[in-house]
Formats: sequence, C-alpha cells, structure tokens
Amino acid sequence: MNLHISHWLITGGVVSALSASALGFSLVALAQSGEVERDYQIQLPDPPEGEVTFTPPAEAELGDSQYDDMVRRGRDLFINTQSLRGENVFNEQNCANCHLDAGRLAHSAPMWAAFGVYPAYRGKNDMVNTLSDRIQGCITYSMNGKAPEKGSDVLVALQTYLHWMATDAPNNTSMPGRSYPTLDDPEKEPDRKRGAEVYANQCAVCHGDNGEGQKVGERQVFPPLWGDGAYNWGAGMHRVNTAANFIHANMPLSKSYSLSEQQAWDVAAFVNSHERPQDPRRRTVDSLDETQELFHQHQGFYGKEVDGKRLGDHENFGEHPDGIDD
Amino acid sequence: MNKKMLGGLGLLLGAGVYAGAATALEGDPEKGEEVARVCVACHQEDGMGKNNPDTESWPRLAGLPEAYMVKQLHDMKADKRHNASMAPILGTLDDQDMADVAAYYAELEPWPELPTAYHAADPDNAAEWLAERGDWEDGNFIPACSQCHGPNGQGVGDSFPPLAGQHAAYLKTQLEHWREGQRHNDPNELMAGVANRLDDSQIDMIAEYYATLPERLEARGNEQEESAQ
Repeated sequence: MNLHISHWLITGGVVSALSASALGFSLVALAQSGEVERDYQIQLPDPPEGEVTFTPPAEAELGDSQYDDMVRRGRDLFINTQSLRGENVFNEQNCANCHLDAGRLAHSAPMWAAFGVYPAYRGKNDMVNTLSDRIQGCITYSMNGKAPEKGSDVLVALQTYLHWMATDAPNNTSMPGRSYPTLDDPEKEPDRKRGAEVYANQCAVCHGDNGEGQKVGERQVFPPLWGDGAYNWGAGMHRVNTAANFIHANMPLSKSYSLSEQQAWDVAAFVNSHERPQDPRRRTVDSLDETQELFHQHQGFYGKEVDGKRLGDHENFGEHPDGIDD
Repeated sequence: MNKKMLGGLGLLLGAGVYAGAATALEGDPEKGEEVARVCVACHQEDGMGKNNPDTESWPRLAGLPEAYMVKQLHDMKADKRHNASMAPILGTLDDQDMADVAAYYAELEPWPELPTAYHAADPDNAAEWLAERGDWEDGNFIPACSQCHGPNGQGVGDSFPPLAGQHAAYLKTQLEHWREGQRHNDPNELMAGVANRLDDSQIDMIAEYYATLPERLEARGNEQEESAQ
C-alpha cells in the first residue's frame, strides 16, 4: 500500500487547525474538558542548521554532592530504564536506545538540547508543556508505560541528569544538534517493500528478522522495533518522518549517514507499518477512527490498511495492564 | 550474582539470524571430533587456544556459537578473512567437515557465563568506559562494545561473538586486521568502521580488558561474598 504523506506538519510550533471533525467535536473542547489526554507528542519546530559547538560535561567531573548523586541516578535510569519495568515501563526499551551515548550525542535527540526548550507552548489545542510533562509523555508512549508522578524520585532524577548535561547551554534556544536532523521530503514516496529489503540487509542482523530485537539473559541488547516490546502507537518514533530522521543520522549503529535518504524513508515506512501496542489515548475516546482523527494527523500508518488489516484496530496494550474500559 | 542461563546465546543458535554465504548443514559433533584432529596443534586439545603475544595467537573455540564458527571457516576459505595458517587446512575440509567441527567445538565447553545486570561504568576506568559506554566525543562515533557484543562482552546470537575470555593477542590482531583490510567478513562492515576509528592504545587496552574480564569479575564476586559474611 502507499503511504499517504499528509501535510499536517507542524510549522513554527503551531499545530495546523484540525478540520471540523466529522465526529462533531473539536480537540480543543476535548482537551479543555480534561476527558482526553493532551497530545504531548506534537513535534517542536525543526532544529536549526549549523555546526554543533556544545559539549556536555564529563561524568568524571561529578563529585559526591547530593546533586551529583541524583545526576548519577538519572543517568542509570536513562541507560537502564528497564529497572522500572512493571512499574513505569511496560515494554523492552531504554531511553538510551533512541538518545545515543546516554543522551549526549548530537543529532540523536541529545538531552542537553532538549532541556532548555521546555516549557514549550504548543498552540491553542494544548497548553504550556513542562519538561516533566514531556518526560511523562516519553514514558507513556515510548516506554508504553505509566508516567511517574511529578516530583517523584524517578522524574527528579531524570530531570537532574538532563539539567546537568545542559550545564552552560543557552536557555530557551533551539540549539544545533537538537533532535534528529530533518530530512528533505523523499524523492519517491516511502515504500514498505523497498524498506523490507533495506531492513533485511542492514537491520535484521541486530534487530532480528521479525523486529524482535535480541537479548542476553534478562538484558535487552538490541531493542525490538515492533510488537509488544516496542514503542507504542502514540510514540514520536512511530511517525515515519521522525524514524527516518533518526535512522539516517544514527543507524546502523556506528554507520551514521551510510544509508541514502530514500533508504532511510523506506525502512522507516517498513518498520512503522507493523503492529505495536495500542495508542494509550485510544482508552479515552470511543473508536480507532476518533483516535486517528484527533491524534494521527501526521506521517504514520496508524489506522491505515496494510496487507488487508487495519493497523491499530485492536485492544492490545502490550504488557500495560490497563485496557479499554467498556 | 545473576547466574541465569544465557538465553540469548543458546536460543538464537540455528535461528538463521545471519547465515551469510554458509549453507546451514546439520553439524555432527562426533564426526567433528575426528575433523578436529587437524585443529588441536594450535587450538589445543581442550579447544581453549593459546595467547601468543609475539607470534600468531590461537583463539579459544570451545563454546563459540556454532553458526559463527561455520561462517568464519567459510569466509577464511573464500579469503574474506585472510588467514595464512588456516588456508592449507581449510583446503582439505568440505562444507560438511566445517559444519561438523563447528558443532564439536560449540559444545566442547560452555563459554563462561558472566553477570548481565546493569552497572554504571566508571568514568575513571578508560577500558571499562570504552566497553560499556563507547567513545562518541569529538566525532569519534565509537559505540560501546557491549552495545553489540552484549553485557560484559559475552556475545549476542550468531553474529556477535563473545569477547570476554578470548585471548588478548587474538582480539588485538583481529581489530588490526579489520583496520588493515585483511579481515572484511563482518556483517555490513560493522566492525571495520569501528576498528578504523580506534587508535592503537584503545586496541591494546580493550583487548586486555576483555581477555581478563572473567577473572576480574570472579575475583570481585568472591570479594563481595567474603565481605558479606
């Protein structure tokens, strides 16, 4: 099937207004009524071009203060997020899978660049998001989890780690190296079949023939890319453009920028056209159609038909214990 | 200490993750023992190999993944992995012999099981940092060894062999061979790129680190047990 690239892209941090919903309500009203989780996964504007000049501090410089201990605790959670499995995390992922070098690497959504762009205002459908909100979103979606409470040890530790990495970084400024480099629109529409070939040749050796990843004992070495162990349908990485950007700049590991841009688009389409745990926001609305209408006006396969089946048409939330209340 | 079985290594055998050019013939370890008569002069009776820092080092084979060994034998025969000592021997072996001898060595002695639990790498320990965190600064772009070779470098599946407990001189030679292009049989040239970005001192340091890691972990475990009593 073809991937329809919708033009609901976000510019300047403002969300394109949703068309008057055939379902007879607006996202704004829903968000204000508090019935629907707000969409914290809306994209920020693209990072600026230009040379990366920022270097985060080195761990060797950390001392024995309580702050420094909290930095280390945050670092441990960032690398080994699986320590929260069953409590906050309900898939096989760790933060450092998509934020390489423990969140330090430029063009790999580094934390030193993320820290200072929050709080961020996201247009009329939403509100000002704090960094806590954003990290809660990561855990809800990318980790298919239950967000830790604001002020909890987990959130404080992660925020302290990010704060330390951003030492001397400019505040409230989008820095070069932030997020993933934005690819130009693909020459050819991203194609799952071509993507499958790229995947088999370049990705399967680590991530497995069926995207299942690989483990040694209890430790996940190569993360799953689809299925119950992967990021869910609400995560930023399920968007084909986000995944293409990440892949082109960072994958295969150690071979950044080795795939052509078209290959990155194609393999992103292939990976993201597989089933994964349901979008958590599906719990708060009545149907797949509504979830798609409200939260999936972007480049992705949620709600689209692939190989005769509609993606996301299920009530499988992976390991997450909460289903849809009927 | 976590002594759970190494599910990753055991279960992925025969999963066909990366068979490469090797045909997946069924190996017979008993027949493999016969074939191995030509191997013991270097790889030793017990398959443990030998560290020869000044000449050619002989890798430990006992407990390596079967499919990994099959692939290496085929690759050496095809000169994708240049090895002058192995070439005449491989000339006498057919595909079935290679499958058999790999099956024999794979189950001769299990590779040491090392802890898999996360622990923070010590930023003052350069070797441990490279092994567990890599070297990304200044565009070096070297992932941590453990990101592919698994926790404590004990190997992952058929394509990422164990490093911990392999001989230092052998590990060093392989990294140098990738850099020099004598070995170019790694899946997608994943190793060549990394080896090219390592400097000489990093190669020496990491080879020594992994060769001695099982002993050091054991000593650390014993210390912890004693202090707990």
